[in-house]
Amino acid sequence: MRARTRTTRRVVVLAAVASLGAGLLAGCADDGNDDASDGSSSGSGKGKTTITLGLFGTMGFKEAGLYAEYEKLHPDIKIAENVTERNENYYPALVNHLTTNSGLMDIQAIEVGNIAEVVATQAAKFEDMSKVSGVDKSKWLDWKWSQGTTKDGQTIALGTDIGPMALCYRKDLFEAAGLPTDRTEVGKLWAGDWNKFVATGEQYKEKAKAGTFFMDSPGGLINAILSSEKEKFYDSSGEIIYKTNPAVKAAFDLTAKAAEEGLVQAQTQFQQSWDTTIANSKFATIACPPWMLGTIKGKAKAEDAGKWDVAVAPKSGNWGGSFLGVPKSGKHVKEAEAFITWLTAPEQQAKLFKVQGSFPSAPSAYTMPEVTGAKNDMTGDSPIGTVFSEAAKTAPVQVIGPKDQIIQQGLTDNGVILVTKGKSAAEAWKTATKTIDNNLDK
Amino acid sequence: MATRHDTAAPPAKEGGAAPGRPAPVPTEAEQRHRARLSRRWQRDKRWSPYAFVSPFFLLFLAFGLFPLVYTGWASLHQVELTAPTDMEWVGMRNYTRIFDDDFFWNAAKNTLTIGIISTVPQLLMAMGLAHILNYKLRASTFYRVAMLAPYATSIAAASLVFVLLFGRDYGMINWALHFVGIDAIDWQNDKWPSQFAVSSIVIWRWTGYNALIYLAAMQAIPQDLYESAALDGASRWKQFLHVTLPSLRPTILFTVVVSTIGASQVFGEPLLFDANKGASGGAEHQFQTLGLYLYEQGWVNQHLGRASAIAWTMFLILIVIGIVNYVISRRLRASS
Repeated sequence: MRARTRTTRRVVVLAAVASLGAGLLAGCADDGNDDASDGSSSGSGKGKTTITLGLFGTMGFKEAGLYAEYEKLHPDIKIAENVTERNENYYPALVNHLTTNSGLMDIQAIEVGNIAEVVATQAAKFEDMSKVSGVDKSKWLDWKWSQGTTKDGQTIALGTDIGPMALCYRKDLFEAAGLPTDRTEVGKLWAGDWNKFVATGEQYKEKAKAGTFFMDSPGGLINAILSSEKEKFYDSSGEIIYKTNPAVKAAFDLTAKAAEEGLVQAQTQFQQSWDTTIANSKFATIACPPWMLGTIKGKAKAEDAGKWDVAVAPKSGNWGGSFLGVPKSGKHVKEAEAFITWLTAPEQQAKLFKVQGSFPSAPSAYTMPEVTGAKNDMTGDSPIGTVFSEAAKTAPVQVIGPKDQIIQQGLTDNGVILVTKGKSAAEAWKTATKTIDNNLDK
Repeated sequence: MATRHDTAAPPAKEGGAAPGRPAPVPTEAEQRHRARLSRRWQRDKRWSPYAFVSPFFLLFLAFGLFPLVYTGWASLHQVELTAPTDMEWVGMRNYTRIFDDDFFWNAAKNTLTIGIISTVPQLLMAMGLAHILNYKLRASTFYRVAMLAPYATSIAAASLVFVLLFGRDYGMINWALHFVGIDAIDWQNDKWPSQFAVSSIVIWRWTGYNALIYLAAMQAIPQDLYESAALDGASRWKQFLHVTLPSLRPTILFTVVVSTIGASQVFGEPLLFDANKGASGGAEHQFQTLGLYLYEQGWVNQHLGRASAIAWTMFLILIVIGIVNYVISRRLRASS
């Protein structure tokens, strides 16, 4: 009897050890697949195919009701998304999954800041979207299409939104400083030249309401100037030229000058205190892609509704935008291709703009009523769709490189921000270039 | 574990009332069965302990030793995160470049200063708190649990609250300072303020933890030592200096070692202290620690080879610190 209980106990112990061990092994085998758990398995019961999307931030497809619409059109399809809040966290994980070929969703989103690197290093892992039936290259803006395409002509991802940049400004603060408030008049103040924009800032400062600044942050200004340049950090042959490109140095110096003169507030965008600055109406202008209006709407106080307006920037540029690609290792490649072909069609892009403010990368959407009739609470009756369409059509075809993000971040966060701390422009440039060179060096 | 007492009958005592029982002769089958069981027990006795400790070693092999060795291997290559299997042999280049890498030494210096600003006050405060908690207090359990609350809070949550407190324009600390006539301090962008702010998060989190360790050690000090000291006319303070502190010496050494190791690995607090600049540790890298620099090189800039070399250098530095600690503690023990 006792012998038997002991055997039983031993069996229990062995079973426990075995299950622990199995758990460990399972843990290893599962590595990298965790985030796929909410739906990458094919079919959810009733013979439906589940397509999974890996997204970052609020891309708004779900919010705009596009999944529901597609599921209605295709009763055998179910769509599940897996959203990572910040691209800084999403992108390294995506690269990891691509290089190990595991844990990928059927569809993966790619931010414009990373698209060049993905195109250059990971193209073999993606399906060629240009070969999918129903995909028509001519529907997209040329530069948007070419950003997602390799030199050999493989299109790894289809464009979703873009970020044509205009300038949002506070009508009440402009009026108090004796500047015009009509959006065409305001646009004329600085048309064609960022130097004129800074000069307007000087004019603003003379009679400005106490405690307010002309622009929100040095990072916002240098970003706006650089995104309107045709070449910034790389030349068309793929060489890094950021240090010798006169346009970059000029943008840096102009921003530093504005910072020295106190035209920009010493803020870093998207930080808590920057949010509070918007809420407290402390600055008069902000570089403004369409999605920024959403940010302003989210942060500003309700009583500021209608006090904002949108004017054309000195030179049009682009800030932001994303792509959707289909990894070859996905479980439902064909279904996924069909889905993003539909999702990025002009009609759907227009719907997305109406609800989410993500601006279409398909020009034929610009004449659709969803775009031409768009309004934002903060800008009252302004025809924002028209202003942004104009910017989208005149934005330059910019050369983007694999390490754009690292260079941009160095210039902003380790560069022009220092000028607001009392450093000279030369010192700030030195810190920025030293940081960037170290970060680029393998 | 495999000893059995019920297999053999107790031998009959000689001269007992009953006649001696003849030993039962086991059949051959039974003998074989017993021999088999016995072999099994032998094996069981011999190998079971290994089976029971094996989970730890398997885990250690998979998540400790293998990464360590592989990191060492990767540190001798140029390898990028975008193609981790694509390795190019560069020998010691990743190590030699560390010697004139200003950013590495800046990070090392910051790790040291942040370590000192956070560890020294932390342990002093923990000692004081433990001493107070060691008195008879009403609701002492409540205070002891409360001490541990910061330790139980996640770094992320704590850091985010501290970021709000230390805000330049709308932070509560600058708001409080302006009442005593101190101008707004830019806690994130100025060197010493930012290091102090990062240290304060560390201090806040770990003081209670160390205080409880000290408290446990204090309660193990025999009460009669204090009584005889009191009889000799020693004041509370003298008692603390001449009874409590010497008895706590091993505990103090332990906390110093643990805190040093913790301080050399500070990562989460500075990373979250300036969420936007992330791993660069401020505009001028003024609070970039070694942990952050490693992360920046590996995961932001995608240079896995360089990051591996930094990781190994950090490991070697830690070993040196460990040896120094060991030597000091032996000296101290010998002198006491």
